[in-house]
Amino acid sequence: MCSLEKRGNLFVLTLTGDNQNRLAPPLISSLLSTLSQISSDATPGSVLITTSHGRSFSNGFDLTYARAAASPSDAFDRLHSMVESFRPVAAALMSLPMPTIAAVTGHASAAGLMLAICHDYIFMRSDHGVLYMPEVNLGLPLPDYFAAVMRTRIKSPAALRDLLLRGVKANAAEGVKMGIVDSAHDSAESTMDAAVRVGEELARRKWKGEVYAEIRKSLYPEACGVLGLTQKAIVSKI
Amino acid sequence: MCTLEKRGSLFILTLTSDQDDQHRLNPTLISSIFSALSQIQSQPTAGSALVTVAHGGSGKFFCNGFDFRWAQAADSQSGARQRLRHMADSFRQVVAALLSLPMPTIAAVSGHAAAAGFILAIAHDYVIMRKDRGVLYMPEVDLGITLPDYFAAAARAKIGSPAALRNVVAKGVKVKAKEGVEMGIVYSAHDSEEGTVEAAMRLAEELMGKKWEGEAYAEIRKCLYPEMCSVLGLSSKSFISKI
Repeated sequence: MCSLEKRGNLFVLTLTGDNQNRLAPPLISSLLSTLSQISSDATPGSVLITTSHGRSFSNGFDLTYARAAASPSDAFDRLHSMVESFRPVAAALMSLPMPTIAAVTGHASAAGLMLAICHDYIFMRSDHGVLYMPEVNLGLPLPDYFAAVMRTRIKSPAALRDLLLRGVKANAAEGVKMGIVDSAHDSAESTMDAAVRVGEELARRKWKGEVYAEIRKSLYPEACGVLGLTQKAIVSKI
Repeated sequence: MCTLEKRGSLFILTLTSDQDDQHRLNPTLISSIFSALSQIQSQPTAGSALVTVAHGGSGKFFCNGFDFRWAQAADSQSGARQRLRHMADSFRQVVAALLSLPMPTIAAVSGHAAAAGFILAIAHDYVIMRKDRGVLYMPEVDLGITLPDYFAAAARAKIGSPAALRNVVAKGVKVKAKEGVEMGIVYSAHDSEEGTVEAAMRLAEELMGKKWEGEAYAEIRKCLYPEMCSVLGLSSKSFISKI
C-alpha cells in the first residue's frame, strides 16, 4: 500500500508494499485518495516526492491478480478495470497544484513507469533499477493515455521507439540520455537526498499551486485531453 | 521494380534496377512495392521482420523519389502535375502499409534516399545507413514544390529536434549517415553496402528472436504516431490478447 508523510513543505508519498509494488485495485484507490488529500492540503510552497521501498518503484498493474480470474475474458476485464481506475491517478498527478518529483529507487515498469513519468522530475538511482515498457513483449495493447503521456514526455522519436516498440530496459544513465530521467544517483539514499534537496529548493519559490497546475497542463495539452483535464485561465497579479 | 524474398520468418524487399539505377518511384514501382507489402501483410508469422534494401546498378541510390521524367513526359504542364499527384496518392498507400505492417521494419539505406525515397526509408522503424556514400535529402524547398501532407507528417513524426526538422525539410540539408545518427533519424552507420545490409540483417535477427505478436506490435507502433496515422487514414484496432 502507500503511506504519506509531511516533512515541512514536502509531502512524501511512499509505496510500501511487497517488493514489486504492483498496482492492484487497493493500491490504485489508495494512491488516488492520498493524492486528493495532498491536493486539498496544498499550500504555497508544497512539493510532492513519490518514492518506494523494495526492489521496485512499481512493476505495473497486478497481472497475477488479473490472471487469477475465472476465465481469460474475466482476466482481461480485470486488467481493463485497473487501466481505467489508474487513469484518474495519472490525471491527479498531472493536475496536482505543486511540483512533483519521483525518486525512482528500483524498477519502474509499465504502469509503474507511467506513475513515475507523470511527475515533473524523475531522479533515479544508477546502481539498481530499470525503466521498462513490457507491452510489446507481452503482446498487450498500450492504453490511450499511456501512449499520450509517453509521447508528451519523451520527445526523441528514437527513445520512444526503443522504449515502447523494442522493449529496451533503460538504466538511470540511459534514462538521462533518453531525456526521461533528470539525474542519476549512486544509491537509494542519495536519490532520495537529491529529491529532498531539489524539493526544498522548489518549495522556497512559494509558487501558487493552482497556477502551477495550469501551467503544467498547458505544456501537455494532448495528454490532458486524453486524461479528461481541462484548462482555465488564472491571473493572480499583474 | 522490386522483388520479395522470404527467408524463414524474414522478408526481404529489394528495389532492383533493371531499367533505373535511381529506383525512382513511378506508378509501376509503387504498385509493385504495394503488392509486395500486401503479400507480407497477409502471411505474417510471430517473430517476422522486414528488411528493405536497394540493389544493383551503380549502388549510388537507395531511392531518388518520384519519377519526374515520367511526370514531365506528359503532354502538358497540367498533365505533368496530374501525374505527380497520381504518384503522391498511390505512394500514400505504401507508407500506410508500412506503418501498419505487423512486424518490425528496417530500411538498409546504402545510397541516396531523396524526397519520396527519404519518406520510404523513414516509414520503417529503423534506418540503417551506409557511411561512405549516400545522403538523406528532401529537395522540395530547392525545387519549389510543397510537401504532400503525409510527407510532412512522417518527417514530424520521425525527426524529433525542431532544428533538425527545419534543416532537413525547410533548408534542404543533405544528411550523411553520421549526421543522421546525431539527428536521431538513423539507427546506425556502417562502412560499405555489405556492412550496411549485414547490420540490417543482424538487427532483424535480434528483433525476430523476440517473437513479438504482430498485431500488438502494429497497434503499439500506430500509438506512437497518431498524427501521421490520421493523415494516412489509419485508425487503431482493438485486439484480443492473452494477459
